[in-house]
Amino acid sequence: MATQTRDAAIVGIHEYPQRSIDGMTPLQIKAESAVRALQDAGLNWSDIDAVYDAGDGAQGGMAGLSISEYFNIKPNVIDTTSVGGSSYEFHASHAKRDIAAGKAHVALLTYGSTARSQSFNIGTGGRMTAGPPTPLGNMESSWGMTLISNYALVAHRHMHEYGTTSEQLAEISVVTRAHAMRNPEAKRAIEELELLPGVREITVEDVVTSRMIADPLHLLESCIISDGGGAVIIASADVARGCPHTPVWLLGTGEATKYSEHGGDITTSAAAQSGPTAFGEAGVTASEIDIAMIYDSFTITVLTILEDLGFCKKGEGGSYVEGGGLYFDKPGQPALNTDGGGLSSNHPGMRGIFLLIEATRQLRGDSSSQVPDAKLAVAHGNGGMLGSRHAAATIILGRD
Amino acid sequence: MPEPKKKFDLPMPKFPEPDTEPFWDAAKNHELRYQVCDECGGIVFHPRRHCTHCPSLNLTWKTSKGEGVIYSYSVVRQNYHPAFRERIPYVIAWIDLDEGFRMLSNVVGVDDPASDVSIGQRVRVEWQDFEAASLPMFTPA
Repeated sequence: MATQTRDAAIVGIHEYPQRSIDGMTPLQIKAESAVRALQDAGLNWSDIDAVYDAGDGAQGGMAGLSISEYFNIKPNVIDTTSVGGSSYEFHASHAKRDIAAGKAHVALLTYGSTARSQSFNIGTGGRMTAGPPTPLGNMESSWGMTLISNYALVAHRHMHEYGTTSEQLAEISVVTRAHAMRNPEAKRAIEELELLPGVREITVEDVVTSRMIADPLHLLESCIISDGGGAVIIASADVARGCPHTPVWLLGTGEATKYSEHGGDITTSAAAQSGPTAFGEAGVTASEIDIAMIYDSFTITVLTILEDLGFCKKGEGGSYVEGGGLYFDKPGQPALNTDGGGLSSNHPGMRGIFLLIEATRQLRGDSSSQVPDAKLAVAHGNGGMLGSRHAAATIILGRD
Repeated sequence: MPEPKKKFDLPMPKFPEPDTEPFWDAAKNHELRYQVCDECGGIVFHPRRHCTHCPSLNLTWKTSKGEGVIYSYSVVRQNYHPAFRERIPYVIAWIDLDEGFRMLSNVVGVDDPASDVSIGQRVRVEWQDFEAASLPMFTPA
């Protein structure tokens, strides 16, 4: 712990509360979230000197430029890394780097999406059927691989190699729904979006008897499709100590990619590369983590990432998630996705920012499923497709 | 074997796309092509101009026997794309070809995809001919 650096901290957060947003654009959701996060941090637009943007709502394809004008900021650092749902963990990683290097003092990350209002079939539409020819499009677009069936490839292989069962994977959906039912905004989302099987906690039986979408993954193993957005403000230590909330320090970060390789193992994700870098920089191990905010596009995503981050050995994820140890009020294992996750709270397409936001709530003591005296959290974003190619970043967060 | 007539066409490879065009040209003759590096012997797939194992631009096209095993698979039961919707349920799979490369494809020619397809199963290529391209799919060997 002695070598831990505390040079950048999350000082402002906002999660847009609605999951069905009428008459607003992604840009407006980003801006409103930024305003609320600035209020949370006690800062002004003029304090922001670094902007990180995944291109959601970019005008004229000019991410970074158009967002600066829309916000009316003049950043010294502009970073438009865009790697799907993991973009925001990459942005947090880069903000820490840029602040530590003295290039920036106050960094703004924003997200806005109207995926639900626009009826995007994120998981079950045809892939790569529009746009100019690409090598991967030409090799993969004819087979009908939906997003969920891509993740299902990992689940099948995991079951084959390690004997993992659908009942074990279902435990992830069950604990996440229980946390969602404690979160008023998530509970309202379940009601408004008419999520099956109704506004209640769910059982393993509910999950494994829900409709099969792509064998072996069921409907209740899949994230929801909502509207939403949010903002995160990351500041230097000097700025952070003057902000109203307890600084939530970025203690360690790691980034990685993973793609199909001949003879490769698809049950191991990019987290196996990004995790050790992040934990190493933070000087902590998985066993010390109180809060695990893990990208839950599907159940199998969580299972493989928990293994790859070192919470259990590769192949033992099934037994690790059994028995209810991941509930917020069960000591011994970290609390998993205490906001209700993408499975039961919100998933507007790129969920990574919400992992940082809920980790911050926990370390401030403000979660609807608060873990007593939570000190250390991990936020791990996964973007792209688990079974073929994805990017991932791991952020270790802690408080004084 | 021609596929039974469907109302909607599958998405097809589009050109010009110089990396993959030789693959699809050979596919018209029912040849499943991959590349091997002249310098290091490494296999390159999907097709590219450069070796992905060593700094070389000298690759040679080879023809696979089209035999391998299923590395993993899924039975797709929901897809809003009209061409795939009328083919549901169908099987997507990673196939490990005996020459050492892995490719995405479909497993066809089975009565019940949920019970007749398994990981480790031996498969061989089965070409399905369409006007725009011949698609290499796989069937139990």
